[in-house]
Amino acid sequence: MTAESLAAAAAPEADISDRPWRRALRRLLRRRAGVAGFAVVALFVALACLAPLVSPYDPLATDWLQVRKAPSAAHWFGTDEIGRDVLARIIWGSRASLLAGLVSVSLALAIGVPLGLVSGYVGGILDGTLMRLIDAMLAIPFLILAIALAAFLGPNLTNAMIAIGVSQMPIFARLTRGLVLGVKHEDYVEAARALGNPHRRIVWRHILPNIVPPLLVQATLAAATAIIAEASLSFLGLGQQPPNPSWGSMLNTAKNFVSQAPWMSVWPGLAIFSLVLSLNLFGDALRDALDPRRG
Amino acid sequence: MSMTSFLLRRLALVVPTLFFVSVLIFGLQQLLPGDPALALAGEERDPAVIAFLREKYHLDEPLPVRYALWVEGVMRGDLGESIRIKRPVLDLVLEKLPVTGELALFAMLFAIVIGVPAGILAAVKNNTAIDYGATMAALWGLSIPNFWLGILLILLFSVELGWLPASGFVSPAESLRQNLLTLLMPAFVLGNALAAALMRHTRSGMLQVLSADYVRTARAKGLTERRVVLRHALRNALVPVITLGALEFGGLMSGAVLTEQVFTIPGFGKLIVDAVFNRDYAVVQGVVLVTALAYIVMNLLADVAYVLVNPRLRG
Repeated sequence: MTAESLAAAAAPEADISDRPWRRALRRLLRRRAGVAGFAVVALFVALACLAPLVSPYDPLATDWLQVRKAPSAAHWFGTDEIGRDVLARIIWGSRASLLAGLVSVSLALAIGVPLGLVSGYVGGILDGTLMRLIDAMLAIPFLILAIALAAFLGPNLTNAMIAIGVSQMPIFARLTRGLVLGVKHEDYVEAARALGNPHRRIVWRHILPNIVPPLLVQATLAAATAIIAEASLSFLGLGQQPPNPSWGSMLNTAKNFVSQAPWMSVWPGLAIFSLVLSLNLFGDALRDALDPRRG
Repeated sequence: MSMTSFLLRRLALVVPTLFFVSVLIFGLQQLLPGDPALALAGEERDPAVIAFLREKYHLDEPLPVRYALWVEGVMRGDLGESIRIKRPVLDLVLEKLPVTGELALFAMLFAIVIGVPAGILAAVKNNTAIDYGATMAALWGLSIPNFWLGILLILLFSVELGWLPASGFVSPAESLRQNLLTLLMPAFVLGNALAAALMRHTRSGMLQVLSADYVRTARAKGLTERRVVLRHALRNALVPVITLGALEFGGLMSGAVLTEQVFTIPGFGKLIVDAVFNRDYAVVQGVVLVTALAYIVMNLLADVAYVLVNPRLRG
């Protein structure tokens, strides 16, 4: 190979940033379910950001004259067992759910992707050892690992997010490694190597940008899982602590009043369900849009 | 590769995984803030108890020595003792295992009965309203938090209609009828997400197989579509579903924790949650260890089954 042909082979690094992404965006916009999913997620993000402005009541304010009141004009979603407004708690509770989705997945990406990159690129004993460690982490069911970590670290939202992030990390490490193995012998990587690029540059500048799409899809779907996991941990009393609102802890209280105040269970569950369903719809559409073979 | 060498290779891979699992579970203890003896003692502040724990768990020894002693204990079946209930952890785990086992079995049954036929139907009726409906239902199944589904079912079938008990567990030895009635809702709730996952796997497996040459040949021979689908396509499409089904076992165990909490079933999941709140760390470690072992064994068996049902992989 001449220097020109090597440079040409290495060109995808610069080219892929433009047209394929625009094509993917067009394909994504054609998927109505995915666009609807994105719109619902955006709505929840807006609610979380604007909570102080849009919340009808203080989510912590109790009113003993309004205990377990059914939905009405004054309290659209009803009130809970100590007279707090359910709608206000749903709006403020979206912060815990979205934060858990964002922080946990970022943590899982920040640890899992570098591990997968190193494992796949270096190979050999290091790869074998790291993958057995990942196997071991995957052998412990996700929520059970998160419960155990939250138990030993102490129950609060921060530790729940750390526990969820650490529990999701092996999925990203495994996925990244597989993707690296798929591209590490591609012409543009070989060319970058032949041009004398250091390993670190090859991995960060040539391999990583080319494996971003599947990681992005996985991150979206993992955010949905993290939101359910945060709600589950809070439901068990291991996440957001009372009196701060979280959809999971609201359901934990609501289960004791199923017959007297069913609205206390319906709204937080519906909120979790719609956010997770929307993220899954968006993630599926993103996967289809980023994979040309799916049309 | 012969079956024996495959098995040996597969078993060899289990050894380092087990090693790391043990390191991870032992390492959990190191996350405890402050003096581990104080933390392990939970609410107990008696100096004699703390001294006993320090000696029992060799807390004055260096970390590698403590790890080796812990592993040695585990190999002998000594998973420690519950601080709260004052009983060996292994006994507690073995006592709760049949309850969760029965729940998981019924959940799996639900999942297979709903998920596999729905997947076949969706693939055969690809790109029709049936396919879209089944795919959407699967997405709903994967997105609905099972503890919420449990609460909704209790609201409908126990509170409103009064058809099923809202909580509790009756052993099959006591009354089989009551046992089945108490497990009906929890098993459906737990199997729901697995059914959705199985539907997706079966659908994609069937879609791949239905466009294969041998299926086209079977159709060209004039076989009925029913025969082509059930006798020729399904058999091959289900092969990867076995492995994927085993991988979903972890999800089933995670779901069991929440399902048992909603329906107050005294199983494995309730054991770990109660242990967390009682700061009964040995029990937490014991449950995690046994769950991980069960997962590893399930996957090993699934891999063996995969080779057994796939003639191309048999030596």
